Amino acid sequence: MAGLILDRVSKRFGDAAPVVDGVSLDVADGEFLAILGPSGCGKTTLLRLIAGFERPTGGSVRLGDRLVADHKTHVPPEDRHVGIVFQNYALWPHMSVGENVGYPLRTRGIKGAEYQRQVAAALDAVGLGGVDERRPASLSGGQRQRVALARCLAMSPDLVLLDEPLANLDVHLKASLLDEFQHFRARTGATMLYITHDQSEAMALADRIAVMAHGRVEQLAPPQTLYRSPATPFVADFIGMGGLVQAILPSAAAGGQALVEIAGHRATVRAAEGQQAGPALACLRPEDLMLADEGLPARCRRVRYQGGEWLVELTIDGQDDGELQLLAKPGGVPEPGAAVRLQITDGWVIPAGPCGNGA
Amino acid sequence: MSSALLVRRAQSIVAERSLFWGLAALLTLIAIVPIGRLLIEGVLPGGVPGLGPFRRVLNDPATWVALGHTLWVSLAAMMLSGVVGGGMALVVALTDLPAKRMLVFGFTMLLMVPSQITTIAWIELLGPSSALLHLVGLAPAPGSRHPLYSATGITLLLGLEHGPLVFLGLRTALRSLPADLIEAARASGARPPRVVRTVIVPLMGPSLIAGMALAFVSNIGNFGTPALLGIPARFPMLTTLIYQRLSGFGPRVLSEVAVLSLLLGVIAIVGVLFESWLAGRRDVRVDGAAAVPVRLALGAWRWPVILLVWGVLALTLLVPLSALLATALVKAYGQPFGLATATLDNFRFILFEHPAARRAVANSFILASSSAVLLFLAAVPVAYFAVWRRRRLMRALVLATELSYALPGVVLAIAAILIFIRPVLGLSLYNTLGIILIAYLARFFTLAQRPVAAAFRQLDIRLEEAAQMSGAGFVRRVLTVALPLVAPAAAAGGLLVFLTAFNELTVSALLWSAGHETLGVVVFNLEQGGDNTLAAAIASLTVAATVGLMAIASFLTRNLAHPVLPWQA
Repeated sequence: MAGLILDRVSKRFGDAAPVVDGVSLDVADGEFLAILGPSGCGKTTLLRLIAGFERPTGGSVRLGDRLVADHKTHVPPEDRHVGIVFQNYALWPHMSVGENVGYPLRTRGIKGAEYQRQVAAALDAVGLGGVDERRPASLSGGQRQRVALARCLAMSPDLVLLDEPLANLDVHLKASLLDEFQHFRARTGATMLYITHDQSEAMALADRIAVMAHGRVEQLAPPQTLYRSPATPFVADFIGMGGLVQAILPSAAAGGQALVEIAGHRATVRAAEGQQAGPALACLRPEDLMLADEGLPARCRRVRYQGGEWLVELTIDGQDDGELQLLAKPGGVPEPGAAVRLQITDGWVIPAGPCGNGA
Repeated sequence: MSSALLVRRAQSIVAERSLFWGLAALLTLIAIVPIGRLLIEGVLPGGVPGLGPFRRVLNDPATWVALGHTLWVSLAAMMLSGVVGGGMALVVALTDLPAKRMLVFGFTMLLMVPSQITTIAWIELLGPSSALLHLVGLAPAPGSRHPLYSATGITLLLGLEHGPLVFLGLRTALRSLPADLIEAARASGARPPRVVRTVIVPLMGPSLIAGMALAFVSNIGNFGTPALLGIPARFPMLTTLIYQRLSGFGPRVLSEVAVLSLLLGVIAIVGVLFESWLAGRRDVRVDGAAAVPVRLALGAWRWPVILLVWGVLALTLLVPLSALLATALVKAYGQPFGLATATLDNFRFILFEHPAARRAVANSFILASSSAVLLFLAAVPVAYFAVWRRRRLMRALVLATELSYALPGVVLAIAAILIFIRPVLGLSLYNTLGIILIAYLARFFTLAQRPVAAAFRQLDIRLEEAAQMSGAGFVRRVLTVALPLVAPAAAAGGLLVFLTAFNELTVSALLWSAGHETLGVVVFNLEQGGDNTLAAAIASLTVAATVGLMAIASFLTRNLAHPVLPWQA
C-alpha cells in the first residue's frame, strides 16, 4: 500500500547550502504526519520533492512500493497520483467550482453520470453541496480551501500533501477546517503529510511530527514525546513554551531518571538512558514548576493574563538569559520584579547529541 | 506661527498650484487640442459649416479600396503577430530556456528598430539586387518584380514587426500566472499539453487577444512598411493614401485628408477600447498572494526549442540586418558583397558629403534630444501628481495622452498641420522644425510618462509623507524625495523618447520641409529615389544607435526592483 519512504533525500540549488539535507522519513500507510519548522527550514522544498515538482540532488523517494525519484528516476507529478492542498488554494479562476473539483476526474477520462456523481459527492463531503455552478472568486477563503479539499477528495489519492493550508485563514475558520481534515482522513484513510509552521495545527492533527531546521529533521516523534522529551534545544525551544536552563548532572542517568543540580538546587527529572554525568541543558515546562516557599531562587520578570490563569515569566538567579514560564492561579500571582522560589516537579534533560547540543 | 513660516508655506502652495495648472495646460494642449481641431475640421471644413469633404471622401472609391486593404492586411498581420509573439512568449516565460534576457532584448529590437529600416533591410535581403543572395547565387533574376512589393509582403513584415507587442504583453501576464495553478493541474494528473489547453490558454486568452488588438492598432497606423512596399506595388492603404494625397495636392486637400485621418482614428479607437476592455477583464486570478513563477523543464526538448527560437530570431532580425549592412558596404547597387568589393564610401558620403543627410542627422538629433529632455522634465511632476497625489484631473489627462498615443501618427500630423498652417499667436511654426518638435512632444509624452508612473507606483507614498512631517515644502519634497527616487526610470523613459524620436518617420513624413528633414525622411526619400546603398548606410547607422541606446537604458535601470523598460518587464 501507499506509505511514503524518503531515504537521505537532499536538494541543493546551485552552489548554495542544501535546502533539504539528507532527510529520511518513513511514513506508514494511513498515517498523518506533520512537518513542522520555521520558514526557510526546507519543508516546502521537501513537499515539492515528494510531489515531483523538484528533482532531488541525492537520495530517493518511494510511494508505497513505487520508486518515484532518485538520481536517475523521475516520475512526473501527473503520474504520481499525489493530492495537494495548496496554501493559496490554487483554484482555477476560469472554471466553476464543479469544474475545479471534477478536473482530476476529467484527466482520467471519467465522464457523464459517474463524473457528476463523484463531483457532487466530493462537494457534499466538505459541506459545499450545491455551489458547483459558482466561480471560486465568489467564495470566502474558508470555502475555497474546502473546494481545494474536495478536488483532492475527487482524486481519491493514496497520499495527500497539505502545504500550510490554513496559513491564510483566520482563527475561527482554522478550527472548522482542522475538523474537516480529520473527517477527510477518516473517510479516505489516505496517508497525509501536513506542512506547517504552526505547532498547534501540527499537534492537533498529527500522529507524528517531524521538526525541521536548516534542511534536516531534528526530531521525529509523536506530539506528546516532542513536548515532553525534546531531542534538541531547537525542538525544546520551538515546541511549547521555551524553558531551557543550565544544569549539572552529578551522576549518570539511570532508569529514565536523573538528578540535576540547577543553580545549586537539586531536583529529579526525566532523562534518556545513557545520559552521562556533567553539564547539560534541562527543559522545564510550565507545568513542571510551582511557586513555593522553599526552593530554587528566581525573579519574576513579567506577568500576563491569559484568561483564567496568569502566565508568569521568570529567570533563575544567575541565569538571566534563560526564561522560564509557569502558570499561576489568581491570588498567587507575584509582582514583576519580586523574588520568588520554585519547586521543580518534573523536567527533561536534553540528550547530548552529535550536533553538540549538550551544554 | 512666525511670519517667515507663513511666507514659506504660502510660497510652497503657490509653487505647487502653478506647477499643477501649468502641467494640466500642457497636457490639454498635447492630448486634447489636436483631436479637437481635427473634429472641428470634420464639421467645419475650412472654417465653414458643411459636409462637403465628408461626402467627397465617402463617395471616392479610392477611400474604400484603401480602407479595405488596411483592414484585411492589418487583421492578417495581427494573426501572424499572435502566432509568432504568442508562441515566443509561451516558451520564454514558462520554460527553463537559457539566455532569456538576450532573447527578449533581441526580440524587442524587432519593435525598436523603426519600421522603415526593417522594411529596407528585407527589401535588400530578398530583392533582385540582394548583395547577400548574390553571394550564394539565390538572388531573383535582374529586373524581376520584388517579391515583397505585394500585399503578402506588407502583411508578413507588419506581422513580424509587431509580434513583440503580443510577446511583451503576454509574457508579463504569464509571469504573474501563479505556479500553483499549473502544479494543481499536474498533481490532478494532467500532462503538459492538457495543462496548456485547459489552464494556461483560458487564463491567458484575454492577454493574448489584447496584445493582438494592440498589434492591429499599430498595423493600421504604420506608414513605413506600406509606403516602401505598397507604393511601388500600387497597393494603397489609409496611411499611404493620406501621404500621397497631401504630397500630391498640398494643403488644399487638407479637409479631405482630415476626414481620412478621422476614419483611421476611429478604427484605432475601436481597437484600443477593445484592448482596454480586455485588459480590464484580464485579471481573473483569484488570489493576490504572490506565487512562485512557473518554470517548466524542457528536458529532451531543450535543444530543439533553443534551435527554434534562436532560429526565428536569426531569420527575422540578424539575416535582414546583415543584408542591410552588406548593401551599405558595396560600391554599386546590385554588386555581390565580398571582402574585395567592401567599401566604407557610402558611410563617408552620407556622413560628410550628402548635404540633406548631414542636416537630417543634426535635425533628428536636436528634435530627439529636446523631446527627451522636455518630456523627462514634464513626466516626473505629472506622474507625481497622478500617481502619488492621485489628483483626478491629472489622472484624466494622463488617460487622454494614452489615448492620443494610440492614435496613428498620421492623425496627429494632420492635426498639427491644421493648427499651425496659419501663425498661432503670432508664431509661425509651419515649415519649421518647431512643428515637428511639438508633434513629437504630443506623440511621445506617454513613452516618457509610463516608466515614471510605474516607478511611483512601486514607491510608498509614506516616503513623501515622512518628508512632509520633517517640514519639507512642496519644491523641496519633489526635488529631494520624488525626483531622486524616480530619476533612473525617468532617464530610461527619456532615452526611450530619444530612441523613438530619432528613428521617427510617420509624423515627419508629413511635416518636413526643405532644410528641415529628419533622418527617417532622408532614408525614406533615398530608398524611394533608388539610392539604396546610401539608404542602407544610414539605416545601418540607425540600427547601431538603436542597439546602443537600448543597452544604455537597460544599464541605467539595472538596479530597479521592478523593470520599467518594455524589454525588461
